[in-house]
Amino acid sequence: MKRLLSTAALLLASTSFAFAEGELQLFNWGDYTNPELLKKFEDETGIKVTLTDYDSNDTALAKVEAGGGGYDLVVPSANYVQIYVTKGLIQELDLSRLPNHANIAPEWMEVPWDPGRHYTVPWQWGSVGMAVNSDAFSGDINTSAIFLDPPEELVGKVNVHPEMNDVLSLALMYVGGEACTEDTEMLKKARDKLLEAKPKWQSMDYGMTTKLATNDVMASSYWNGAVFRARLQNDKVQFGYPKEGFPLWMDSVALLSDATNVDEAYQFLNFIMEPENAALISAFARYANGISGSDPFMPEDMSDAPEILIPQEFKAAGKFLPTCSAKAQEYYTAIWTELLK
Amino acid sequence: MATVKPKPAAKTERSTWLLTAPALVLLTVAATGPLFIMLIYSFLEPGQYGNVVWKFSTKAWFNVILQRDIFDGTLTWADAHLTILWRSVKLAMTTTVFAVLVGFPTAWFIATRTPRMRLFMLFLITIPFWTNLLIRTFAINQIIRNEGVLNSFLLWIGVIDAPIQIIYSDFAVFLGMTYVYLPLMVLPLYAAIDRFDMRLLEAAYDLYANRWQALRRVVLPIVKPGLIAGSILVFIPALGAYVTPRILGGGRNMMIGNFIDLQFGQGRNWPLGAALSVILLIFVTSMLILYVRFVNRSTDNG
Repeated sequence: MKRLLSTAALLLASTSFAFAEGELQLFNWGDYTNPELLKKFEDETGIKVTLTDYDSNDTALAKVEAGGGGYDLVVPSANYVQIYVTKGLIQELDLSRLPNHANIAPEWMEVPWDPGRHYTVPWQWGSVGMAVNSDAFSGDINTSAIFLDPPEELVGKVNVHPEMNDVLSLALMYVGGEACTEDTEMLKKARDKLLEAKPKWQSMDYGMTTKLATNDVMASSYWNGAVFRARLQNDKVQFGYPKEGFPLWMDSVALLSDATNVDEAYQFLNFIMEPENAALISAFARYANGISGSDPFMPEDMSDAPEILIPQEFKAAGKFLPTCSAKAQEYYTAIWTELLK
Repeated sequence: MATVKPKPAAKTERSTWLLTAPALVLLTVAATGPLFIMLIYSFLEPGQYGNVVWKFSTKAWFNVILQRDIFDGTLTWADAHLTILWRSVKLAMTTTVFAVLVGFPTAWFIATRTPRMRLFMLFLITIPFWTNLLIRTFAINQIIRNEGVLNSFLLWIGVIDAPIQIIYSDFAVFLGMTYVYLPLMVLPLYAAIDRFDMRLLEAAYDLYANRWQALRRVVLPIVKPGLIAGSILVFIPALGAYVTPRILGGGRNMMIGNFIDLQFGQGRNWPLGAALSVILLIFVTSMLILYVRFVNRSTDNG
């Protein structure tokens, strides 16, 4: 027993020596961080990265706000960045410590949620659109009608991903409104449309990468990268961009105000803006990254993927979701509750 | 017991209190503490981006029962909340009934085997506890989905020529819930049946009882405490269950658990979530009180 204890103590001591070079606590979405990226970072810098998962912006915000998590970096979506800034939860970046900051692609530099990128650096961005199995339906898939007015072939076979903001925004754009609107006429139209469509849905679930690939679900509203991953396993899965309007999103990395490993965090932020490393991020979750010069390092099948390159004709329909006002959020929740009751 | 030398009453009592102090402190701080926080939160105002604002308000409680229509401002019953709560209660009751129907024969079968066999079978019953609830639910999902084990098998032997839609149906939810909570029914039932004196059954037959009468008039009254305990153990977690209905039912309709989750997440209305949790708690507590009353009464009688 005694020997066991001393061995354990020795083991503990040796591991903590290995970590002595520094550590970093990354708080990021689940199934979103390439392990190879973390390994490469660890090999280059000796900094050990601990990854903690979350499943929604609200969970992340609540945990960060509660404090005591010991996280250094968090990856909020565009419409949450200003909430973090307003609440003082993330700190302004010292850009002189981030030489690779210049690698941020120009179109991702002057973004409305963080003009000039003083708080966040790009992680990945993508869109919400329609995944459709071409065996089940061969008509026009570039429309939200896929789930809001399902064609006969898809009745009872459509999934809707239960992400309140995405679904309500898609519905609002479909009936001619805008995301986060407080216009009750539009909200009413969107609600009626959703209530009318719901009996034609099969399910409201996540995990569509697998379900689309295995033909368990024939159509779904979903995120582009996940649909891309489904297509790699099942080439019948197509991705459509709703012409009535579809949400764009970007998740960016921010440095928390109560971060303890600030130096390590700066090293990591600079590291991920290196084109080669940004490409590693994309290679895993299959979304674009927002760093210029990363294309040559991307996996070959991504350079011409229709899920990643938005066709010119649909580009204008893609809209970044704003941060909804409390009033709009109340409308959203009320409609969502009525939809799922 | 009679041989134990009685100690002075006061001293025994004091040492008993001292000995239970750690447990009492833990229970007060770790179990009731969070409940109090929940109660307090239900009387506050929601913050704009989640969390709460420290300002007294009864709005959350008001909203549990009544709602102002978002479009025309009229005050109506919050029928969405009642619908969701009723759905959860209904699901919990159905699950309990299914668990009894499947669990009773199972427990009876186990209790009437040889001692060695009994141990082995009880061990089998506890195996599902080795893995996480989520994994078990996904395993069921894997069996009943359209291209899953069951449908592939039926297609292969030629019984059907297109997959049967089992997943995302009410049946799938009942199946999953019954499977998940079955051990909680079988174990207390087994304990009760194990103590049952089989000679009573022989006596019943000798007195010209048929099988049904023997079950109803002799077996059930004696194993009733086990039946009630099992039902409570199944009903309570089933009431708050939301992983299983969501994965197997497709998540088109919320359970009370999902609804509470929504308030703390995307809905950003923590006070309402807290108020709903308190209601759920009251529901469960009243069930438990009923149970305790019932058991006390039946032990008094016999």
